[in-house]
Amino acid sequence: MGNNSIREKISAANGRALNVYFTAGYPTIKSIAELIRSLEDAGADLIELGMPYSDPLADGITIQNSSKIALENGLNLKILFEHIAEARKTTSIPIIMMGYFNQLLQFGVEDFLKLAANNGVAGMIIPDLPMNIYERDYKSLFEKYDLSISFLISPMTSDERIKQADRLSSGFIYVVSQSSITGKKGEISEAQKSYFDRIESMNLKSPRLIGFGIHDRKSFDTACTYSDGAIVGSAFIRALANSEDISKTTHSFIQTIK
Amino acid sequence: MSNTNAVNTTIYKYHPDQDGFYGPFGGAYIPEMLHANVAELQEVYLSIIQEPGFKQEFDELLRDYVGRPSPLYLAKKLSAKYNANIYLKREDLNHTGAHKINNTIGQILLAKRLKKKRIIAETGAGQHGVATATVCALMGLECFVYMGAVDIERQAPNVARMKMLGATVIPAVSGSKTLKDATNEAIRDWINNAENTHYIIGSAIGPHPYPDMVTRFQSVISEEIKWQLQQKTGKDHPDYLVACVGGGSNAAGAFYHYLHDDRVQLILAEAAGLGIDSGESAATSILGTEGIIHGCMTLLMQTDDGQIVEPYSLSAGLDYPGIGPMHAHLITSKRAKVHAATDDEAMQAVIELSKEEGIIPALETAHALAILDRLDLSKEDNVVVCLSGRGDKDLNTFITYLEERNGK
Ligand SMILES: Cc1ncc(COP(=O)(O)O)c(C=O)c1O
Repeated sequence: MGNNSIREKISAANGRALNVYFTAGYPTIKSIAELIRSLEDAGADLIELGMPYSDPLADGITIQNSSKIALENGLNLKILFEHIAEARKTTSIPIIMMGYFNQLLQFGVEDFLKLAANNGVAGMIIPDLPMNIYERDYKSLFEKYDLSISFLISPMTSDERIKQADRLSSGFIYVVSQSSITGKKGEISEAQKSYFDRIESMNLKSPRLIGFGIHDRKSFDTACTYSDGAIVGSAFIRALANSEDISKTTHSFIQTIK
Repeated sequence: MSNTNAVNTTIYKYHPDQDGFYGPFGGAYIPEMLHANVAELQEVYLSIIQEPGFKQEFDELLRDYVGRPSPLYLAKKLSAKYNANIYLKREDLNHTGAHKINNTIGQILLAKRLKKKRIIAETGAGQHGVATATVCALMGLECFVYMGAVDIERQAPNVARMKMLGATVIPAVSGSKTLKDATNEAIRDWINNAENTHYIIGSAIGPHPYPDMVTRFQSVISEEIKWQLQQKTGKDHPDYLVACVGGGSNAAGAFYHYLHDDRVQLILAEAAGLGIDSGESAATSILGTEGIIHGCMTLLMQTDDGQIVEPYSLSAGLDYPGIGPMHAHLITSKRAKVHAATDDEAMQAVIELSKEEGIIPALETAHALAILDRLDLSKEDNVVVCLSGRGDKDLNTFITYLEERNGK
């Protein structure tokens, strides 16, 4: 497990790695393990498991609402780790936990990383953890527990910071497709394509996955032509909203994307 | 203290370091999508606001448009009652009715120099929203104000004012539909419109450099208190300086020139809501623990799992689960002391100041007046209370409260 599992998966996917986000505890707490299993069976390459937060600043209304419901369902981090452990008995797809830094801080960063590692989590995405603070205070802990981290870059990120993200990311570089919060629909624009081109031409050493606004086959295919794969989040949450059968919904959703 | 450029941490221990940390508090914990904007502000804010041209424009607007200096008034009846010399720093007499405009004037001048075309703001009581809408009208910039749906209702007069001034008021409908939620929405808007938009934060909160920037713009309050007190008392400092604290901008401005003057006791008044232990409170520093809210490390009300707790106060401007990082540092290092006043105590203070001194204060401000009886005052003590705003916006709340109390 750890760093390598994510990169191995991405490289095995031949430029079409599909990373699917869902909010843990949505639609129900019981569905966490079922979703992990279904996503693995249906052919997702990676899972980004959202830790629901009361104030998700980088998220649009879809993920906000799913987080709210998950918290109302009574999910907390302790329960979440129990369900991840349950899912790990029968699955091996790399799980990347995504959450806001305050959640780790209150839990205790080292306690959190230790539990994550012990329960077979491969890495973390923490959008509001600054790179320099990670490097100064937490990098050695991530290494100690063999957990990867993936940093975000956006169209406004300078080349210098992109290189810093490349150096520090031990998972992948999360290429945020546009300056926006999550959940935007619509086609990928020419401006976005030239931004993807610019990143591609930098010859970074880390694999790159494009996320934010990837919602159907067309946007997934376009993203893959400029990267090693893509991340789908809000679109999957929207599909789950009306689901009567989690496994069926997951299989048919993945088929519409990949 | 004359050379404010030389931030020497051993002498100026209550000023932020280079990364915006006040001791363990502050910093900039923001998603990458905001990094370019925040980094630009960090890089340029000091040089811009110290430019002679900027200072001149800022000072002129404060004088001719806002009506500064605001008076320092010796409240005789309050003084007799509390057995000390109680001076009121009359920020309520500023244009638009509160201290908030000191900051919005500064930030709009900064936004113009950064060539931003679009302005966003959050607001609780609506005073910061009105102050932002006002400077946007003045400068001809587009203005969008996020306001919790609950606050839109309880501060209706300010909503009407913002609209008259040409601003668009956007209701925040998540969470408890108050100031925290309005701030979340404003930050999301900023992420979506990072290139052309400046976010005018209304309190001494948010990622570095906002807490320091807002504090510096508000520091005109303590700058004036210094010479006004000198004229009135022969001493340039009070014994006590008292201010209410939501995010902490009026308190930060009133404290600024006295942060490192140990002769002055700094007193903060938080909103206890229905009572500190009632579960319906906004006494942030008392109930809070260290964590991150709206991009800075500070004290906030949260669960063991790091979920932010919805606060409560009758006063929209204090109904916030965090506190500015400078105040978190002042409190934990025991430089400032905190008292909390309940809704009822604040209402009593509103009634008292209205009847005794002929001044109807904002409900936020009343929390500062409500804790005066907790101070151990003696006759020679000079006390300055920051009268942060006037109560016009709260008339509906006052009337309802009085009717209920009179059993109607
Ligand atoms: C009159 C008045 N005082 C105080 C506050 C609280 O804000 P701060 O703590 O930033 O001064 C507000 C906020 O809306 C206000 O309107």
